[in-house]
Amino acid sequence: MPSRAMIGSIRALCFVAASFCLVAFEAQASKLFITNERDNTVTVLDGESLSVIKTIPVGERPRGIAITPDHKEVLVCDGDADDITIIDTDTLAVTGTLETGPDPETLALSPAGDIIYVSNENDSMVTVLDKATGKVIARVPVGIEPEGLAVSDDGRIVVDVSESTSMAHFIDTQSWKVIANVLVDTRPRIAEFTPDRKQIWVSSEIGGTVSIIDSASRKVTRKIGFDIAGIRPELITPVGVRFTLDGKTAFVALGRANRVGVIDTANYEVKRYLLVGQRVWQLAFNADGSRLYAVNGLTNDVSVIDVAKLDVLKSVPVGRLPWGIAIKP
Amino acid sequence: MGVLAMFASPNVYADGSPPPNATEEPQSLMVHVVYLGKAYPEPQPLSLMQTIPADGGVAGAKLGAEEINVTGKFLGRQYALEIAMVPADGDIVARAKEVLATKPSMIVADLGAADLLTLADLPEAANAIILDARTIDDRLRQDDCRRNVFHLLPSRAMRTDALAQFLMLKRWPRWFLLKGVGAQDEAYAADMRRSALRFGGKIVEERTYSYNPGARRVDTGFQQIQTQMPLATQNAPSYDVLVVADEADQFGDYLPYNTYEARPIAGTQGLVATAWHPSFQEYSALQMQHRFTLFAHRDMTERDYAGWLALRIVGEAFIRSGKTEPADLRAFLRSKEFEVAGFKGEGLTFRHWDQQLRQPVLLAQALMVTSMSPQEGFLHQKFLTDTLGFDEPEAKCHLAP
Repeated sequence: MPSRAMIGSIRALCFVAASFCLVAFEAQASKLFITNERDNTVTVLDGESLSVIKTIPVGERPRGIAITPDHKEVLVCDGDADDITIIDTDTLAVTGTLETGPDPETLALSPAGDIIYVSNENDSMVTVLDKATGKVIARVPVGIEPEGLAVSDDGRIVVDVSESTSMAHFIDTQSWKVIANVLVDTRPRIAEFTPDRKQIWVSSEIGGTVSIIDSASRKVTRKIGFDIAGIRPELITPVGVRFTLDGKTAFVALGRANRVGVIDTANYEVKRYLLVGQRVWQLAFNADGSRLYAVNGLTNDVSVIDVAKLDVLKSVPVGRLPWGIAIKP
Repeated sequence: MGVLAMFASPNVYADGSPPPNATEEPQSLMVHVVYLGKAYPEPQPLSLMQTIPADGGVAGAKLGAEEINVTGKFLGRQYALEIAMVPADGDIVARAKEVLATKPSMIVADLGAADLLTLADLPEAANAIILDARTIDDRLRQDDCRRNVFHLLPSRAMRTDALAQFLMLKRWPRWFLLKGVGAQDEAYAADMRRSALRFGGKIVEERTYSYNPGARRVDTGFQQIQTQMPLATQNAPSYDVLVVADEADQFGDYLPYNTYEARPIAGTQGLVATAWHPSFQEYSALQMQHRFTLFAHRDMTERDYAGWLALRIVGEAFIRSGKTEPADLRAFLRSKEFEVAGFKGEGLTFRHWDQQLRQPVLLAQALMVTSMSPQEGFLHQKFLTDTLGFDEPEAKCHLAP
């Protein structure tokens, strides 16, 4: 995706050769897709202007959302409809649904985009779907209330966290067996590989920590806590975790603390807390990593964070109880 | 103390490494938990829509045991839950001694205040850990507190504080307190007076109302109730909310829309402070409601929640502390390291002075949860939830570590 400066120059050129550039710019426009749990919709924002392009009705209780590796489709978990809605990222039309089994909360895709992993929150399963046919490849029993999913670069390992069992489960994608279970702090929500793939960071909502699991030994090597002046420790409820492309900085959404923690991954110190909206849940970067978007469930908005300056620029209203976010570059 | 037992092989170890020797069965620590309850006679609710389940509390505990065994299976812990029920006219002492002789790791007590104290004061129970999953009595957290008892449900004082904070936030500070004749109703009224003092409410009128509902399943009588309730509530000074103290549900459910003046009802009926409600769905509670309905084929009650929470506390204590001796487990439950998740958006911990579980309290009406206390603006230097109930400085109970 072009940087802001580049877009500026493209616009300047467009002034001269309007018709050609308009097409070129349209094709490159980035889009933000946000699930609105209460509204049963996905809000689509223009990546540049942040204005609403479209509000797309999906199934009931949309939460988890992911974009395919080719960026052509966005997949949305419809918890109470027991399916996934497929959205074409160009036309913004709903092009189909896939059955998932009960209460899909989150999903993740294989690196090639051909396999979909779904956490079935109500029946303690990870359902594995063939994306092309929608057929169930495997159903893997995990702990109670499975939620966040992370897939290794080579697609060999899927990490699933179960909220009520307080564990990260490592699923082998050859045998479809759980090969390791790692105890973390109470109510884990999200698992995320570091860009170098050496670690998996797991946020624990009630525990108030992020556990760092070594990918090779599958042991917790460190826990990061948060301490915010004027905020009760019990209100610090970590959920979304994202790393900058260079892996040097981690951002952690702190839920009811209404802040995003900024962590230096060299020394694991929290260097800044950014004030965002209420009950901040999931996070996503734009393509060049210059902007981080934080989804605020209770204030129905998305905070826009300048990653270089660590500054919250503005907030953009979306639907009710926004939950997850996916970005088309 | 837990008993080491050979157990069917989980095929992975906690750290994910394969079993060192495939022929060797991994050892699993067996934790023995007893649910000790008594079949107290329960008054029939006034409303035909309300029923008292025969397995209230027990079903929650059984589901909690299933859940901690999922985690336990991965970590070499297995939990066996034994249900020991004493009949209504049964001898609690004899049964409690039998239970204690088996040296359970923890006891979940579904007992009234008197029976709970009987159990706690047995010499054999001196080193037991008793998780009180039933009482709300303040005296068990005050003058009659015991070092071997941990209280899971919010005390009566926590409940009236939760309600009072909400009424003050609404700017409805003038309360008409209408209490039944039971000892518990007087206790509720006393707590409401205390809450008024704490948060600046005013009880402008207090009356005792004696009403015997008699047979609760009759196909007539509304005409009488429609004249009796306005009579009981007329000629009061100007007030905002009618607070009813009627724990046995003798008349409280007759009050809404039957008061002399148009006023909302709160207290033991109307808007009620509770630890759980079947309509509660925030903070992932929705998943709990689904799980419980699948398991027990009915709604989850507050007592089921307490039973479930008790087993989750057992699970957390064993997994997180790595200890098995009661003294170590008790120290861990009282420590800052312990917390249990109970769908309230924050970890729940024990107050070290009276071993009461800190927790936000729901305020619910028949079909919906209206709010959750502590309310915005009610501050505390340590825990916001310590604005509910007897805080350390005012406590009469200071249990030694």
